[in-house]
Amino acid sequence: MKAPPFQYVKPQSLAEVFELLGEHGDDAQILAGGQSLMPTLHLRLSSPTVLIDINGLDELAGISIDDGQVTIGALTRLAEVLKSDIVNAHLATLSRAMPHVAHVAIRNRGTFGGSIAYADPAAELPACMLALDATLIVQSGQAKREIAASEFFLGLYETARTPGELLIGARIPIDPPNRVNSFLELSRRHGDFAVVGLAATANAVGDRLEDVRLAFFGCEDRAKLAGRAALAVSGKRADAPTIDAAIDALTEDLDPVANLLGNSATKRHLAAVLTRRALGELARGVGEATHA
Amino acid sequence: MHDRQEIALTVNGEAVNRTIGVRQHLVDFLRGELGLLGSHLGCEHGVCGACSVRVNGRVVRGCLMLAVQADGADVLTIEGLSETGEIADLQEAFVAGNALQCGFCTPGMLLTSAELLAGGQPLTRAEIREYLSGNYCRCTGYQAIIDAVETVLAQRVGG
Amino acid sequence: MLSKPFSRSVWAVEMADTMSETIVIRAPIGDSVERSKARRLANGRGRYTDDLCLPRMVYAAFVRSPYAHARIVSIDASAAARAPGAVRVFTGPEIAAIVEPWTGEAAHLPNLRSPPQYPMAVERALWQGEPVALVVATSRALAEDAALLVEVLWEELPAVTDPLAALEPDSPLVHPELGNNLAFSHQVGRGDIGSGFAEADHVCEQTLYFGRHTGVTLEPRGLIADYDPTLDTLTVHHSHQAPFQMQMVFARHLGIPEQNVRVILPDIGGGFGLKLHVYNDEVAVVAASKLLGRPVKYIADRVESLLTDIHARDHRVTAKIAIAADGKITGLSVDDICVIGGYSNTIRLSTGEGMLVLMFSGAPYDIANYQATLKVPFQNKNIIAMYRGVGQPIAVTVTEHMVDLAARAAGIDPVEMRRRNYLTDDQFPTTGPGGVHLEYLSLNTCLDTVVERMHYPALRTEQNTYRASGVYRGIGLATMVEVTAVGPVYYGPAEVGVSTIDGCTVKLEQSGKVRVITSITDQGQGTEVGIAQIVAAGLGVPFADVSVVSGDTAVTPYGGGAYASRGIAIGGEAAYDAARTVRDNALSLAAAILQADPRSLDIEDAQIRDADTGTIRMSLAELSKIGYTRQDTLPLDVQPELSATRSFNPKVPAFVANGIQASHVEVDTDTGFVTLLDHWVVADGGRLINPALVDGQIRGGVVQGLGAALFEHIVYDENGQMQTATLADYMVPMACEMPDIDVVHIETLHKDNKLGTKGAGEAGTIGAASAVLNAVNDALAPLGAEPIASLPITPEIVLQALGKVS
Repeated sequence: MKAPPFQYVKPQSLAEVFELLGEHGDDAQILAGGQSLMPTLHLRLSSPTVLIDINGLDELAGISIDDGQVTIGALTRLAEVLKSDIVNAHLATLSRAMPHVAHVAIRNRGTFGGSIAYADPAAELPACMLALDATLIVQSGQAKREIAASEFFLGLYETARTPGELLIGARIPIDPPNRVNSFLELSRRHGDFAVVGLAATANAVGDRLEDVRLAFFGCEDRAKLAGRAALAVSGKRADAPTIDAAIDALTEDLDPVANLLGNSATKRHLAAVLTRRALGELARGVGEATHA
Repeated sequence: MHDRQEIALTVNGEAVNRTIGVRQHLVDFLRGELGLLGSHLGCEHGVCGACSVRVNGRVVRGCLMLAVQADGADVLTIEGLSETGEIADLQEAFVAGNALQCGFCTPGMLLTSAELLAGGQPLTRAEIREYLSGNYCRCTGYQAIIDAVETVLAQRVGG
Repeated sequence: MLSKPFSRSVWAVEMADTMSETIVIRAPIGDSVERSKARRLANGRGRYTDDLCLPRMVYAAFVRSPYAHARIVSIDASAAARAPGAVRVFTGPEIAAIVEPWTGEAAHLPNLRSPPQYPMAVERALWQGEPVALVVATSRALAEDAALLVEVLWEELPAVTDPLAALEPDSPLVHPELGNNLAFSHQVGRGDIGSGFAEADHVCEQTLYFGRHTGVTLEPRGLIADYDPTLDTLTVHHSHQAPFQMQMVFARHLGIPEQNVRVILPDIGGGFGLKLHVYNDEVAVVAASKLLGRPVKYIADRVESLLTDIHARDHRVTAKIAIAADGKITGLSVDDICVIGGYSNTIRLSTGEGMLVLMFSGAPYDIANYQATLKVPFQNKNIIAMYRGVGQPIAVTVTEHMVDLAARAAGIDPVEMRRRNYLTDDQFPTTGPGGVHLEYLSLNTCLDTVVERMHYPALRTEQNTYRASGVYRGIGLATMVEVTAVGPVYYGPAEVGVSTIDGCTVKLEQSGKVRVITSITDQGQGTEVGIAQIVAAGLGVPFADVSVVSGDTAVTPYGGGAYASRGIAIGGEAAYDAARTVRDNALSLAAAILQADPRSLDIEDAQIRDADTGTIRMSLAELSKIGYTRQDTLPLDVQPELSATRSFNPKVPAFVANGIQASHVEVDTDTGFVTLLDHWVVADGGRLINPALVDGQIRGGVVQGLGAALFEHIVYDENGQMQTATLADYMVPMACEMPDIDVVHIETLHKDNKLGTKGAGEAGTIGAASAVLNAVNDALAPLGAEPIASLPITPEIVLQALGKVS
């Protein structure tokens, strides 16, 4: 199928972007990597009047580290995130997730910000932002806002970014030395969206897990932190009874949505399996940290 | 804001200037305007990889880029790639190893494989399969393709 | 030569030679020579249908029914006709006015009912995606824009979407005039099924579900129809497998004299049976060209392809097997409900899937008591027709699943179970349970070979070791018996006008080089290369001296094209005969020139030689030059005839080939995910002309079968709305999940043709899914899991079988 007719504009500044968003509102769509937008246009699922191509805004791309925080610009290509020494050294969850994200050609164009702003419920990056306790930075003509990841993903393709705002990047605290992590994704074929996925992080304090974050994707209408399950494990050793308790608590955290990849019962079951495996990996990580 | 735009880009080493409709994707432009028919369309939703072309040194889904986004870019298609000889060894290995049957996936497969080879890293067979996992082939069952890439990679970077 | 040996001929069984003449089998027959065409394609120089542009060409897009079943109340195309770039908008009645409708019926199946079908829906649409209007514009994008402006007023009608409900008396009807939804039914059997079950020690029953598939050729369907009103001629550039069929269809249904219709095949990006058929949207495009008097191009996009390329499989089969205590099968019954779409497919019919289940279930086994029934209900879904394997994957999966069930019930190893029940060498020739003549099947040889290739005893030991540590691996076998090169007995009595004969012209030119023009067609399988090898061998010239042309109905001999794995088995015979005729004619001429006895001469390596000593007497080039340009040097009564055309009509109803596949899998019993570890194929398709090309066909076919096993499923909801509308949802196998596939060939020479070839194109697809299903069930059996009997095997299905998910 061919895209419907639209007007195209490639602003040279953020100010221009906000002006255009202000003028066109819902009739405009942002074109970044295009890996999600272009298929919807070709399938004629979307008919924007104006396409605002932000690929000229070089200031929105780049990965930097400063004062214990990694900043990733929204326009950074996924391929750059995958290759980044900073990411691979300091953000283990993201480093482990990147090879699962689509395929080489998609990563060469797709952007970090695009994946997060699009917020597909089965995508990896939103869950990584939750697991890493990232802060998303959005900007409008009037102001810059910082939104905790835990408050950013609101519903199906719905985030806290309002229509007049652009996601310009994320700021992510680097892994502390006692970080343990697990990243598990069940997908039918490599690179597919997840059937169920889990990005899990914690900090090893002695032989216990603290600050446990269990970010599920592919389960509900958005990436979601399993708060009660995490609570069941926090401050404890990840032994068998604790893991069982976390799995029990999970039933209150997740209400999976059925789709072609599985019904609710299946997704619930798979989420439990991944929880068990992830907590096991975190526990082994604690063991290594203890003996390090 | 406009629905037609003039673009200037390099395609297969040649300067190209055209005025085009903004909604035209890059592969439709290459095929329709420039007669570069080697890039193919299998789905137009970014899944099959038949449209793979190289833009500014990286392999991309040509169907997911607007032609206007290639303004100022350096684009290489299978035709140009063949003329440079960059993957002559791989193309020979494909032919010798029956790694193509209908040939429709082949340009995309070669563009992606070219990037794999350009990486200069030794990869396991499983890693080669993973690298090519975004390029759909219906005819070969993939094995002969993996064989050809594995052989050439070993020749280039050492077994 | 291709770079490494691909397979070994393990066993060549020379059957009694019933031919009176000497058949010359020599190089390059049997060599894995390269396809020179592959070099062109690998350099991006393929020329597929969408690559062609003709003067004044315009582009088609369709308005399609969004409903599974709906009445067209009205169509207002006025806004569309005024849209930018719009040339014309056609509705169903306008096209119907110049097109003779067709049916999917057959003369020899009087109980196959299918009403006449027009290119576009006229009163009612019978499936989601059926075309109702055709927009022609100056670009595809503009045609799509205009198509959105066509206003169709619909009255939605109840959709028939469940196979069992369709057969209930109170079901809504797809074709009210037929009174019910049963398009066809059939029954075969032999022996006494009642006593077969009564005397059994074990009886196993299972209902198996087979998901609906589509072929997903990477190049979508398409054509350029070019009608010239000044001459009443039609040229169609068509991505198709059977150009003469389409020549006939276009001529008959559009009222154009057939000698004025020419169908030309460009390079084709995959066929697999998909592109064998008559598509109503394609005929509509031809009609549009006739009405406009200019070329019209239509290329289906991927969404249209998934929606309207013919579908396949979609069976629900209840099977019962009865065995004695020693494992001998005493009875097999198979009841197949095999749905079809809104119409039976014309010419090729939609009954193939079901009929082949009846004919081939139980085929490898010594089964005296067999009963198989078929019911074919209409559905408000897309048309079902022939996709690689056509029902045989179902026959194999049903049979091999039941054999494994029975083996498990009797505590017999699956290999041993097959040994006890296979037809033995001394039982051939025989008739299979479904009535198919079986000349000889190398069943035990293939079984022995695959057992050796997979190191079966060691693999079982390893499996036990893994089980002890909670890792569940499985081994599955699938015995294949398949029909290839289907002859006139299937299509003839149907009176559908399909040619089951194929022809070949071999033309020696002045240079001594050879041009071959064949009626078979090539969508990537490499049959053109096989033809060249056969001609080179038959005539006695180097392979490099031969070029092949195919796919143009104005140029090639009349023939069937590519379907039912017949290209080499039938087309190769015609090529061989034509080559031998040219050889004989050349030697006649040589004899006149050399004043020798033609029987004392031979041609080898493009030289005319003394047959006894090999001494070169003259070159073929010299001979050809004389034959074409120096007739002044010849005796007056000598008529050089350095080209010949021959056809081949298979004398048997069909060729029957066999083989076996094995799958080794690991099932993650926590997640239900299946990993394909290994896969083996032992295929007996008769003589291999080009082993490497056959290996490619087998591996490609296997991967389609692996797709069937784990991934592929066209899903409609209860309202007949397609849920798997893009390649994100219809999952085709990609490189990462596929195993390496070990392929070995047995060559039991077919005795009813000269070259001994049978056909190999479908074998991979016919057995692969069955092997995986059996392997998964083998993995789960010790856990007390319910046998899985549903394809594709999804993680959810595995978890349900294990009782971990309800």
